[in-house]
Amino acid sequence: MNQLTPDLSVKLGPLELQNPVMTSSGTFGYGLEFDELVDLNLLGAIVVKGISLKPMTGNPPPRIVETPCGMLNAIGLANVGLEAFLKEKLPKLRKFRTKVIVNIYGHHIDEYAELASALKGVDGVAALEVNVSCPNVEQGGMAFGVDPDASARVTEQVRKSTDKPVIVKLSPNVTDIRIIAKAVESAGAHAVSLINTLTGMAIDIETRKPKLANIRGGLSGPAIKPVALHMVYQVANAVDIPVVGIGGIVDYRDALEFFIAGARAVEIGTANFVNPRATLDILEGITEYCQQKGIHHITDIMATLGSNLHI
Amino acid sequence: MKEQQLEIVFNRQINSNAWLMGLNAPEMAKSARPGQFVMIRVSRSMHPLLRRPFSICGTKDTLMLILYRVVGQGTAIMAHASHGQKFSVLGPLGRGFTFPDAEGSIVLVGGGIGVAPLFFLAQNLKKHRFLFMAGFGSADEIIPVGEVIGTQIDVSIATDDGSIGHKGPVTELLEKYIAGRDINKKAISLFTCGPKPMLKRIADMSKDQRFWCEVSLEASMACGVGACQGCAVKAASGKDKAYYHVCKDGPVFAITSIDWASY
Ligand SMILES: Cc1cc2nc3c(=O)[nH]c(=O)nc-3n(C[C@H](O)[C@H](O)[C@H](O)COP(=O)(O)OP(=O)(O)OC[C@H]3O[C@@H](n4cnc5c(N)ncnc54)[C@H](O)[C@@H]3O)c2cc1C
Ligand SMILES: Cc1cc2nc3c(=O)[nH]c(=O)nc-3n(C[C@H](O)[C@H](O)[C@H](O)COP(=O)(O)O)c2cc1C
Ligand code: FES
Repeated sequence: MNQLTPDLSVKLGPLELQNPVMTSSGTFGYGLEFDELVDLNLLGAIVVKGISLKPMTGNPPPRIVETPCGMLNAIGLANVGLEAFLKEKLPKLRKFRTKVIVNIYGHHIDEYAELASALKGVDGVAALEVNVSCPNVEQGGMAFGVDPDASARVTEQVRKSTDKPVIVKLSPNVTDIRIIAKAVESAGAHAVSLINTLTGMAIDIETRKPKLANIRGGLSGPAIKPVALHMVYQVANAVDIPVVGIGGIVDYRDALEFFIAGARAVEIGTANFVNPRATLDILEGITEYCQQKGIHHITDIMATLGSNLHI
Repeated sequence: MKEQQLEIVFNRQINSNAWLMGLNAPEMAKSARPGQFVMIRVSRSMHPLLRRPFSICGTKDTLMLILYRVVGQGTAIMAHASHGQKFSVLGPLGRGFTFPDAEGSIVLVGGGIGVAPLFFLAQNLKKHRFLFMAGFGSADEIIPVGEVIGTQIDVSIATDDGSIGHKGPVTELLEKYIAGRDINKKAISLFTCGPKPMLKRIADMSKDQRFWCEVSLEASMACGVGACQGCAVKAASGKDKAYYHVCKDGPVFAITSIDWASY
């Protein structure tokens, strides 16, 4: 009997991916760190660590704390900066056939625009993911992402400055994430990705001090999956642009839940730390699921929960 | 660097709070260098979530040895694991010790479970003569080197309560040793790992004593491969970076590279 080979390719607006499983920003470095552990060519896309115009050194340690089924991080967007990324990282990434999505972060709206212009036309950059949702920096980041007008302005500026597809990454630390999603959709985003981490903290009862030097951090991992799933469901039913689901996905079942809820693709984050092969295991699991259920195209199960349920 | 399911060959308690685990790891045992570490996934479920970092404390044929103290949930799970069970292990990771040239004298100074990476170094220093100094809380916390790596090594012991050896911190043994030496003699290469106060004291001493020293550090880690930037330690002023990443730039550092005031 011939095994069904399901078609896993998906489109995020103008961006075509060989499959819907990507790595999430900040959890997979520049991809190269995992080269010995994962066949990078098999991934849907690699979303690199958030890049800023100038290198950023990050927050003082401790930067990470484990929590039940999750972790808090307060990295503070430590990254090599645009110049070093283009010179040292991107040329190596071009050797893989997997698409590279550059996550960008600015302290001010102008910086987002400047980053987008600098990446305009750059070979080997398939799309931009605009981070308006980092909870671990003083300026920019989440300050934009919790304000619909500011999110829209960032999106507009980035769209104006680039020819690449623009995905806007949303923060869950808002009252109604649909309002932000709609605002960035109107401003021209090709897709939205969600969720970034949830703001949280942990305290050492011996020293009575926060466990993170930054006091607060972003919660990620399996602990946040139900929250992320619900937000993806809400947003998928509120906007017409594709939604990328992120948050606590560790195996193929989690990924399928996001697809059914309305995600067109998923990003895998914290799971990479626990199981460096998580992305590939998820791809295998999805393929087998499709074979067993006779699903020819992965898009056939996407958004099958529909929108008529009460949200 | 690999991620492999490794089988436990033995896992036994060796003193009041330390355990020794032998993993069947033909490839890792072969490629591992003293000072390198592994990340062990202690649970198949999602809790506890993150892998735990451990120094490689020795190898023997295809065996890779892990010496660990039970301090929390992850290490408690490890202590309950038995022969035949498998753990997912990522490694060998990081940058190990730089081998000293044979000229000067070599001193290894360990505090508590910090002797682990030094045992592996001692195992590989066969051709060199070296001194090994180790500090423990009390006699029942001593980690017998012979029982761990299978080779007898003379160790000068210090205990906090004086129940055996020198009473006081192990750094006092080091101070005595240095004070008793002819200043014109060949240089000292020091290798150390242990609790913060001990390392800080040695860092302090290294300022005026002019010995060359490498130190193995700890930091909370998520990825272990340089991807998450979680394991930062502040670099000494004047270095090319503001922070080093313990998993990739270390865990072994020149003692002069680190900003000890903030460690
Ligand atoms: C490079 C390196 C080498 C190490 N080598 C050894 C060794 O050879 N033997 C040994 O006994 N211990 C070693 N440690 C410390 C060891 O990683 C911790 O004791 C262990 O992670 C504790 O896990 P737990 O679940 O029992 O404790 P919990 O307190 O429940 O752990 C909670 C979280 O904090 C982290 N954590 C707790 N203590 C430490 C610590 N000291 N350093 C880093 N992370 C910590 C854990 O990994 C976990 O994510 C090493 C640490 C590092 C960074
Ligand atoms: C250590 C760490 C660093 C992160 N860095 C970034 C970043 O630079 N930019 C960004 O947009 N998101 C960043 N994130 C958020 C993740 O991309 C992801 O949105 C979040 O962790 C939720 O997914 P998860 O539960 O699968 O990890 C980071 C997350 C972690 C854990
Ligand atoms: S633990 Fe992730 S960079 Fe070191």
